[in-house]
Amino acid sequence: MELFGNLALGFETALTLTNLAYCFLGVLLGTAIGVLPGLGPVATIAMLLPLTFGLPAETSLIMLAGIYYGAQYGGSTTAILVNLPGESSAVVATLDGYQMARRGRAGVALATAAIGSFVAGTIATLVIVLFAPPLAGVALEFGAAEYFSLMVLGLIASIVLAHGSLLHAFGMILIGFFLGFVGTDVNSGMQRYSFGVPELGDGLNFVIIAMGTFGLGEIIANLGTEMSRDVHAAKINNLMPSREDFRRIVKPILRGTFLGSFLGILPGGGAMLAAFATYSMEKKLSPHQAEFGHGAIEGVAAPESANNAGAQTSFIPMLTLGIPSNPVMALMIGAMIIQGIQPGPSVMTEQPSLFWGLIISMWIGNLMLLVLNLPLVGIWVKLISVPYHFLYPVILTFCCIGVFSLNNSTFDIYLMIIFGFMGYVFRKLGAEPAPMLLAFILGPMMEEYLRRALLLSHGDPAVFIFSPISGALLVVAVILLLLVLLPSIKRSRVEAFQEEA
Amino acid sequence: MSPTIRAPKEFWMGLLYLALGGAGILIAQHYPFGTASRMGPGYLPSLVCGLLMLFGVISLVRAVRLTGEPIGEIAFKPLFLVLLSVFAFAALSLRAGLVIAIIALVLISAAGSRYFTFSWKAMAGMLVLVAFCSLIFVRGLGVPLPLIGTWFTG
Repeated sequence: MELFGNLALGFETALTLTNLAYCFLGVLLGTAIGVLPGLGPVATIAMLLPLTFGLPAETSLIMLAGIYYGAQYGGSTTAILVNLPGESSAVVATLDGYQMARRGRAGVALATAAIGSFVAGTIATLVIVLFAPPLAGVALEFGAAEYFSLMVLGLIASIVLAHGSLLHAFGMILIGFFLGFVGTDVNSGMQRYSFGVPELGDGLNFVIIAMGTFGLGEIIANLGTEMSRDVHAAKINNLMPSREDFRRIVKPILRGTFLGSFLGILPGGGAMLAAFATYSMEKKLSPHQAEFGHGAIEGVAAPESANNAGAQTSFIPMLTLGIPSNPVMALMIGAMIIQGIQPGPSVMTEQPSLFWGLIISMWIGNLMLLVLNLPLVGIWVKLISVPYHFLYPVILTFCCIGVFSLNNSTFDIYLMIIFGFMGYVFRKLGAEPAPMLLAFILGPMMEEYLRRALLLSHGDPAVFIFSPISGALLVVAVILLLLVLLPSIKRSRVEAFQEEA
Repeated sequence: MSPTIRAPKEFWMGLLYLALGGAGILIAQHYPFGTASRMGPGYLPSLVCGLLMLFGVISLVRAVRLTGEPIGEIAFKPLFLVLLSVFAFAALSLRAGLVIAIIALVLISAAGSRYFTFSWKAMAGMLVLVAFCSLIFVRGLGVPLPLIGTWFTG
C-alpha cells in the first residue's frame, strides 16, 4: 500500500523534534495573535511570516499551517467570549456562541468549538489524504492552456464569494494583475513599471501588499470607528459539556465537517463560506430551531467544525494545483515561493516528505489546539481584554520589523505605507481587497501560461476552448458568473452578507 | 438636467480605475507590444489597463445613474498619524536605531486613538516592547537593525 508508506513518511517528518516544536510554536503564536480582536488569519500570518524565513521549507510550512489553525481558533474564542469577530468566518460564532457565553456557558461553548474543530480536523485530514493524490495526478496532465483556465476559474469563484459589488471585485482583480506586472518581465527581461527603482526589479512582495492593505488599512479603519469598547469577557466556570450536550452536538459536528470539507475544496471556498452555509443548514435541520440565535449549542458546534474542515481542505487545491482558493492560501503559496518551491502537482512527487509531513502535521496541530486551548483559556481572556489602543502600536511595530526583514531594506516599509493608504481607501469605497491579493499572486503565473499557450497555438485563442479540460473549466467559470448575475441568487447573496453585518 | 453624483463610492472608484489604467497605458507605450502568438512585455499591461479604464467609465456612469450610500466620515487623524508613524520608523530605524524608531512609532501611532492619554503604565509597556523587539528580533532572529543608529555611533 503506497498510501501507508506515504503516511509513514508523513509521520516521520512531522514527528521530528524540530517540526513538533515549530508546529507547537505556530499554534501557540497563531492563537495568541488570533484572539486579539480585529486581527484575522491573513493579518496574523502576514505578520508572523518573516519568523519562518530562516527555517527549512518543511518546518516553515508546518509552522505557518499551525499559525493558521491557531488564528482561526483564536478568532472563534474572541467571537464567543466578547462578541468581537476577528475575521469574517468567526462572525457565525458570535451568533450562538456569544449567547451561550451570556448565559454562563462560555466554557461549554469554547469546549464545543475545540472538540468540533478537532473532529473536523481529523476527518478533513483524511479527506486530504484520499483526494489530494488523485487530483495531483490529474493536474500533472495539465498544459499551459489548462492551467490558465483553471486560474481563471479560481479567480471567478473568488469573486462570486466576495462581499459587495461584483464590478469592484472584478476591478480589484484587474488592480491585482496590474500590481503583478511590476518588475522584470520573465520573457524579455524588460523592466515594467519599476520607474528605474532597483528595489522594484524583482517585483512587489506580496507580504508588503498583504500587510499594507490588511494590516495597516484595517488598523486605520478600526481607529475610525473606535468606540469605548468595554471588553467584558464572560466568566468561564465549567468547561465540560454535559452528556446531553454531547448527544446534541454529535450530528451537527459530523454534518458541519462534511459540508465544510466539500466547500473548502472549491476554488473560492474556504472557512467563511463553510461556516455560513453550515449554520443555515443546521438551523433548518435542528430539532431545537427555536433556540438558534439564543445560545443553541448546535449553532456553535456545526459552523466551528465546518470552518475548521474548510480551512483544512482548502489546502487541497493549493498543494495539488498550486491555486490559492482564498487569501490565506495565497500567503501560503507566497511562502512556498520564498522557500524556492514552485507550488503545483509536482510538489507531491518531488517533495514527498514536505507534502505528507505537512498533512500529518495538520492533524497534530489540531490535537495540540485541543490540548493547548482549554487549559490556557485564562491567558487568552487576559489577552482579549487588552484595549485596542494599547494593541495596535504593538501590531504596527511587528509589521514594520517584519517588512524590513523581507529584504533588510527600509524601502519596503515605505512601500507598505502606500498600500496601507490604498487599503483604507478601498475599505471606505466598499471594495474588498482580497481578490486583489489573489490576482496579484496568480497574475504573473497566468501571464506565463497565457503566453506559452498562445505561442504553441500560433496565437489562436481557440486552444482554450477546444482543449477539453480547459474548455470545461471555462464553461464552469461562465456558469458560476451567470449564476451570480441571476437576480434571485444575487438577492440571496446580498442577504447572506447582510446577516453578517 | 446636469448629471449629479448620487453614488459617491462608485464615483471615486471610477476615478481610481481611470487614473491607474490611464497611467498604466501611457507607460506601457514604451514596452514592445508584440503579437498574440509572441506577446511583448507591453501586450498584457495594455490590455489590463485598457480594461481598468473601461471599468472606470462604467463606475462613473453608475455613479450618476444609481443611488449609493455616502462614503461616511473619513478618519483623517488616524490615517495621517498611523501612516506618519510608519514613515518615522522607516526613516529612523537605521539612522537613530531601533530603540528610538520604536518609541517614535508607538508614540505617533498611539496619538491616533481618541483614548490616547499619557500614562506611566503605557510608557512601561512601550519599554517592554522595545526590550522584546531588541531581544527577539535583533539578538534572537538576527534582523540587521542597529539598536543605536549611525547618528550616535558616528
